[in-house]
Formats: sequence, C-alpha cells, structure tokens
Amino acid sequence: MQTTMDIFKKRKLTYTLVFLAFIAIFAGASVVAEFNPVDGISSFPAAIQWIAANLIPDAGAMERFPKILSELLETALLSVAVTVVAAVLAFFFSLLGSNITKINGLLKRAVRIVAAFFRNVPDVVWAMLLMFSFGQNILTGFFALFFTTFGLLTRAFIETIDEVSSNCVEALDATGANFIQKVFQGIIPSSLPGITTWVLYMIETNIRSSTLIGILTATGIGYLFDLYYKRLDFASASLVVLSIVVLVLVIETVSNKIRKVIL
Amino acid sequence: MINETVAVATRPLSGEKSSAAVNLERFVNRSRNGKIKIGARNKSQLAVKLLVLVLLSITVVAFVTFDYQGIDFGQAVTDTLHNIKTVFLEPELSRDTVGGVLYQLLVTFCLGTLSTLIGAVLAFFCSLLCARNIAHPVCVNIVKSVVAVARAVPTVLWVLIFAVSAGLGSVAAVAGLTFHSFAYLTKAYAESIEEMDHGVIEALKANGASYWQIVCQAILPSTITSMVAWTFMRFEINFANAVAMGAAAGAGGIGFNLFMAGSFYFDLHEMGLLTYIVVIAVVILEMISTKIKAKVK
Amino acid sequence: MALLSFQNVSKTYNNVTKALQDVTFSIEEGEFVSIIGPSGAGKSTLLRCINRLVDASQGEIFFDGQNVTSSKKKELREIRTKTAMIFQHYNLVDRLSVVENVLHGRLGQKSTLNGAAGHYTEEEKQEAFRIIQEMGLEEQAYKRCDELSGGQKQRVGIARAIMQHPKLILCDEPIASLDPKSSKVIMDHLKSINQTKNITCLVNLHQVDVAMKYSERIIGVTAGKIVYDGPTSGLTKEIIHEIYQSSDHDLIMDVQG
Repeated sequence: MQTTMDIFKKRKLTYTLVFLAFIAIFAGASVVAEFNPVDGISSFPAAIQWIAANLIPDAGAMERFPKILSELLETALLSVAVTVVAAVLAFFFSLLGSNITKINGLLKRAVRIVAAFFRNVPDVVWAMLLMFSFGQNILTGFFALFFTTFGLLTRAFIETIDEVSSNCVEALDATGANFIQKVFQGIIPSSLPGITTWVLYMIETNIRSSTLIGILTATGIGYLFDLYYKRLDFASASLVVLSIVVLVLVIETVSNKIRKVIL
Repeated sequence: MINETVAVATRPLSGEKSSAAVNLERFVNRSRNGKIKIGARNKSQLAVKLLVLVLLSITVVAFVTFDYQGIDFGQAVTDTLHNIKTVFLEPELSRDTVGGVLYQLLVTFCLGTLSTLIGAVLAFFCSLLCARNIAHPVCVNIVKSVVAVARAVPTVLWVLIFAVSAGLGSVAAVAGLTFHSFAYLTKAYAESIEEMDHGVIEALKANGASYWQIVCQAILPSTITSMVAWTFMRFEINFANAVAMGAAAGAGGIGFNLFMAGSFYFDLHEMGLLTYIVVIAVVILEMISTKIKAKVK
Repeated sequence: MALLSFQNVSKTYNNVTKALQDVTFSIEEGEFVSIIGPSGAGKSTLLRCINRLVDASQGEIFFDGQNVTSSKKKELREIRTKTAMIFQHYNLVDRLSVVENVLHGRLGQKSTLNGAAGHYTEEEKQEAFRIIQEMGLEEQAYKRCDELSGGQKQRVGIARAIMQHPKLILCDEPIASLDPKSSKVIMDHLKSINQTKNITCLVNLHQVDVAMKYSERIIGVTAGKIVYDGPTSGLTKEIIHEIYQSSDHDLIMDVQG
C-alpha cells in the first residue's frame, strides 16, 4: 500500500513539475518573442468578428469571382503538376536511397543528404531566389514548390519502401529476379498505398503553400489575396479565403475516398 | 479438422487427371480473347490506374495551359544556377551581426514554441469533444467540421486575418500559427484517442469513475506517447512556418531577416548564410525530435 | 557428385559475430534434410549462403556442379532459379493476387521487360493454376494475399517455389508462425513434393519432433558449428541436449517423455 501511495505521489510531483516547466517555457518564450498573451487572447474575438463581417461576399466581391476562380484553378493545376513531377523523380531517387534497393552505400548517403537539403531549405528562400531569375512567373512558384516537395517525398518514399517491402524483395531475390523486376513486381505493388497517401497529402499541402509563395512572389491566388487585403477590400479577400477552403476540403474529401478504395 | 488434413494429404499431387482439369477451369478467369487473367479481383487495382491516369492528364493540362509570359527558359535557368551558387557557395554576413541573427533565430524558435504550446493545450480539450469513442456523435461531427475548415485555411492567411485587428507582429504570428496547429493537432489527438483500447474506458466507467477521472487516468496515460510524437512533429512544422511567416507576413524572427536580405537589399550572400542557419537549426530540431520520439516509444 | 556441398564455410558479421564456423557437409539429390538448433545458432545464415542472400566470408559452396561463392551475376541468377526458398514470414507481395505471387517463381527465367510488366505465357499461367490446385487454393486464386490465413499464405509460398522448377528447396522455419494443424499440412506438402517430384529439401526447424518425423537425415547446429550430421535414428537424447546446450528436463520433449 505504501508503495502505491509513493507512485501516486511521484506521478503528482512529475505532473506538477511538467506543468511548471511549461509555464516557465511559455513565459520565457513570450518575453523573447515580445508576445503579449492578453493581446493574443483579445485578437481572437476581433478575428472572429472580422470573419463574421466579411464572410458573405458583397456585390463587388462577386464581380471579382470569375477572376478568383481562374486563379484558383491555376493553383490547383500547379499543385498537382508539381506533386506529380516531384513524385516521379522522388521515386527514382528513393530507390537509390533505400536500404533495400540501394546500389551502394555511398550513393545512398548522397541521396539522403540531397533530400534533407531540399527538404530543409525553406520554400520562401527558393521563392525569393527564383524571383531574381524567373520574375513574376508561374515557374517561380513551380520550382519553389518543386524543390521542397521533392525533398519531402524522397524521404517519405524511402521510409515507405524500407518499411513495407524488405520481406517480399528478399523472396524475389531468391527466385533470381533482377533489379527492375523486383521494383515492378515487389516494391511498387507493396508500397503503393503509402506512396498514394503521400502524393495526395502533398497536393493538398501544396495548395496551401502556393498561397504563401504567391504572396511573396506576387503570383497566383496568394497575390490576389494580398492585393485585395492591402486595398482593404476585405469582402473580396475573404472570398479568396473561402474559395481556397472549399478547394482544400474538396481535395481532402476526394483523397479520403480514394485512400479507402486503395488500401 | 481431421477431414481437411486427410483431404490435403491425399489430393492427387500430379494433378494431371482430366476431371481435375475440368474442375480447375471453373476457377480460372479468362479475358475476351481467352487469355487467363492473373490480377486480383479487386477495386483497388482499377482505382490506382485511374488515379495515375487522372493525375498525369491534369499535369499535362497544367503545363499546356500555364501562362509562361514568353520567358526565356534557358536564360532563366542559367541565372538560377548562378544565383544558387552565390547563395549556397558564397554565404556571407554583411548587414547583420552573428549575435543579432542568432537572437532572431531564437525569436523564431519562441514563436514556434508558443504556438505549439497553446495549440496543443487547446487541441487536447477540443479532441475530447471530437473523439468518436468518448463524445456525442452530434458534437463530434460539428467539432470535426469546424476543425477541418480551420485546417483548410493556409497559415499565412490566418496570420494576416489576425493582423487586421492586432497589427503585423508577434501577436498576429502566434495567433495565426496557433490556429492552424490547433486544427491539425485536434485531428491528430482525436485519432489517437479513437485508436485506444475501448476496454480501458469501459472498465473505468464500470467502476463509476467520473469524466475527468477517465480522462486523467485512462485517456491521458494511454495516448500520451502518440500525442507527444504528434506535438513534436507539429513543432518542427511550426518552426518552419514561423520562418515563412517572418518572410511573407512580416511577423519577425529570422524569416524577416531573410525577407529583407532577399527582397529588399537583394543580398544573395547574406540570404545564403541565413538559409544555412535555418537549415542547421531545422536539422538539429529533427534529430532531437527523432530521439524524443524513440525514447517515448 | 553431391547436389550441394559446403567446404569449410565460415560467416562473420561485422567482423565480430561468428554466425558460421568451418561448416562442411554435402547433400545428395532427393534427400530431405532437417537442420535443427537453438535460435541464433546460424541456421538461417547457413541456408541463405546457398542462394547468396548472405555472402559467406570463407570457404566454398558448390551447387549442382557450380561454384556458388565465386559465381558472377548471371551465374548467380541461374543458381537462384534452381534453388527455391520458403520463408517463415511467407514473404509474399501482399497486395498482389495468389496467381501473381505464384508466377513470381518464373521471374528468374524471364526477360527483364516481360518479368517487370508481369507478362506470362498461357502455359505458365496454366501451370500456376495446376500448382495452386495441388495446394488446394484454387478458390483463393484471385484473392489478394493479405486476405489469406497464415497456412494459406505458406501454401502460396510453396506454390511459388514449385513454379521455379527447382532442384533444391530451402525452407527457413516454414512452420514457426503457424498453428499445429496448418503446420502439419505444410510439412505434408513438403514431404510429398520431395517424394513425387524428387526435389531435394533442406529445412530449418525449431521443433525436434517434427524434424524427426519428416526427415531421414538431421543436421544439428550450435553456435555456428555442426555438432551432429547423420540419420534420424542416430539422434539420441544426449545429442539433442548437446545441440540445444541444455541439461535434462529443460526441454519440453523431456517432460513428454
């Protein structure tokens, strides 16, 4: 009985310590970031008020709706195109970077480092860098998204392949199958659910990221939002937000349906 | 049980008998030209083929319809490569001091921490309202829909929406980042709770435990590991997002330095050094979070 | 000449762990040999050295007149087509159909393109169906392998092995993940393949009683060394205790009497 009491006391002590540590971290971080919690809390009702006031588009916003739709369509096409091209390349690279299909250890390392580099350089850096050479062009957004997507998918595919296909590749090895045969008959079928899930997820993510890059490079749907926002045409700006939300939700729903059938 | 074993053992293993062949044909599927099909009778194969086809055609349509504004592609690529060389091979600090940059990195780190902390606490309570195994179905559907909408709004738009009232700066950044992490973590936490062994909750309910006793004694202990893993994953994302918000929404931190170097002073050398600092920070975070996740498991 | 012979084969992992030490034995065509020994004794390594899923560190292995250890890519592929393997965890491509998995046995003999695209001849497909029927799986032929039970999966594994027309089947703990009933079915199938098709079988087993029931010859391995190689009848209690490095009454079979 004594020992159980000790355990409870100990647990209580741990909880208290963790709680205090969180408070301390919160306070420290607030000071450094110059974040005022009271302002933070009071900004919530204000934001909700803003949303409520501008949720229903006015006549002016509706006039801009066709323009918004066409930019939205372009954003959707861009996200799919970026993800598909990056996925195809990432798949080849992940074969070189996987423990199961690697050609040699050195190449495997190199692939993993390259993927980590592309994954971790922020997409805003790519966007600004490409702005200098491509200007306000759709290709700026394309390549900025492409580099990060490629890095992310390469790592994701490597993990998927390593996790899923070691057993069946061993068996195919034993039958005398060669590299290409192992890839098509073993690795692709067994890692397909993982790969599809990642590709669909990246399409969705890229729609959100392309908004950010659009603001920075003055292209696409992000630019449109920024334009209306700075003109204080909040009704149109909120229509842009609304249309992005609808697009993302539609893609999410379709993805979930597809995933259910494929798994 | 015995019968089946015997049947297997006495099955004609040469399998050449004609009656066996006729019998077998019943199970063979042939295509219209008489060839034997070998694929699984399953919707999934068809769905994958369809998906690949659709995605590829969208990609083609995308490349055809994009407005390239007659850009000189070769020239642009050459320039890009040159700029990449400048950024990544000749990094140099000219405007900022090392100390100043590291302080800004700390600011970004703190923005990420704050938004993850607040988001996680809010998400925990919200996930109790939308986990199917412990909440009322109506409540689940309402909360899940609201959260799905909140997640669909890009982080940068949240920051700018909050900036309308709070002005650009750390308050808008934290509020905006928090909103998106809250939505993301609510979904993740709710899924962790839903994956829980149902017997645990039932046993405590049978004991007459109150709601908060169940939460503290059953739900929290059995989901804490996956929740911690999700939270750290979100922290990595929030750090990266905090950099982006500094650049795109003027929210402060190292992202803002990046933005000034890249879009204001056009100083590629400085941009390179700042990028390296961010990359190193992210890699360190990734390593720490991998360690913690392994430990928690 | 023996079908398979090991000559002073050793295997060291990472220059530290000695998995096999100076192993020498040979197997004649048509034999059914069981390898027994405690977990970690090197049984799996021994089996995998034969088709070079693991490379031996020292010594030579000859199979069907070919030197396995020194074989180059093309020759190795040929050796692998002649030695089929059956695994503890079945190692099927779970998301493909039973027929497709069985046809994988032909990959080693097919051109790269046909194999990769999954184009098989009608004769091959017919043969696959015949083998599937022998295994009693005709009703499952178009099911995906993840829909099957463990015993059924292992029967697909055997069918894939037969599809290769191998001279030797290597079985790595084929029944370790199965219940007793399915285990018996699998062992009966292996035995009958050995007898009716005259395919040599080399089986890693955990269970001494199963090994004694099905094989004429037993090889006992402990700590990477062969401690017994002889007919089943010569396997005394003392030798079994030596193989498992245990004293009296430690093994379940002692209790059973």
